[in-house]
Amino acid sequence: MHELPITESLLKISLQHAEKANAKRITDLHIVMGELASMVDDSIQFYWEIIAKDTIAEKATLHFRRVPAELQCMTCFEKYHPTDKELICPKCHGVGAKIIKGEEFSLESIDVE
Amino acid sequence: MTQNIPIVENIMNANDKLAQTNRARIDAAGVFSINILASPGAGKTSLIEQTLPLLKGKLRVATVDGDIATSIDADRAAAAGAGAAIQINTGGDCHLDAVMLYGALEQIDLTQFDLLIVENVGNLVCPANFKLGTHKTVLVASVPEGDDKPYKYPGTYRGVDALVINKIDLLPYVNFRMDYFQQGVQVLNPGVTTFPLSCTTGEGLDAWVEWLIQNAKG
Repeated sequence: MHELPITESLLKISLQHAEKANAKRITDLHIVMGELASMVDDSIQFYWEIIAKDTIAEKATLHFRRVPAELQCMTCFEKYHPTDKELICPKCHGVGAKIIKGEEFSLESIDVE
Repeated sequence: MTQNIPIVENIMNANDKLAQTNRARIDAAGVFSINILASPGAGKTSLIEQTLPLLKGKLRVATVDGDIATSIDADRAAAAGAGAAIQINTGGDCHLDAVMLYGALEQIDLTQFDLLIVENVGNLVCPANFKLGTHKTVLVASVPEGDDKPYKYPGTYRGVDALVINKIDLLPYVNFRMDYFQQGVQVLNPGVTTFPLSCTTGEGLDAWVEWLIQNAKG
């Protein structure tokens, strides 16, 4: 449910940039979403349809580029993708890992007319 | 004609910026602040209730309590000795955000306090995404919740500065593998300060209270 304020933020950023470019319509949003970002794209889509109504972003298509989680073990430096039940390093079973990818959550670009 | 406008803006920017404003305000008053996260029923309010009397005469404490509804938590904090206890009712929102804390800080004369305790809405998912501007984030886990929580809520567990494991008096009655739990915590948050304690028996509270005092005076 935290997706509502996030979708509002998404709309606000898009409208600001579209206005700067004197655009008449926003047709597409390109969003980058890491697996660890705790965001549900279906929820964002749901809220988007409600809040973008009657703006120049109405009917814009949301594109989500998913980034899988990737960790690096700080013991043996193996890079790996964690599973649901196990976060430890599959190679040396070390704990203490750095997140390399998966936390991203940004608006990369918008397409306007 | 279609035109692509590159943006590359963190969607949480607006909240994060206001969180910085909150931090500046808290810093200007020389207050140490913590944001307490936990699932409902883990014992956030009980921890505050047990902590406040132990800080009496040592730190002046203000609390901000976030809940979807009611002022039960702020009332409990005030009864336990909080010099100011502000209740934020989020009206349905599942987390506190920087705007809500900003509004609450307007109601407190921070210069009169040493420690600000913000009690977030009971939820292990959403609050992790919204920075408030506090110095440290503290997660209250509890034994009956189960030892798999770090694995199910990595976003929350990896982002905290201190971890309280509450209700350790229930360890003999609950199938809670402390090793498995700690391993999940250590993978993404190696070396995080941990306080196993019980708000019922009082065991372990001293170390926690000492940590607050050291941080507030440091």
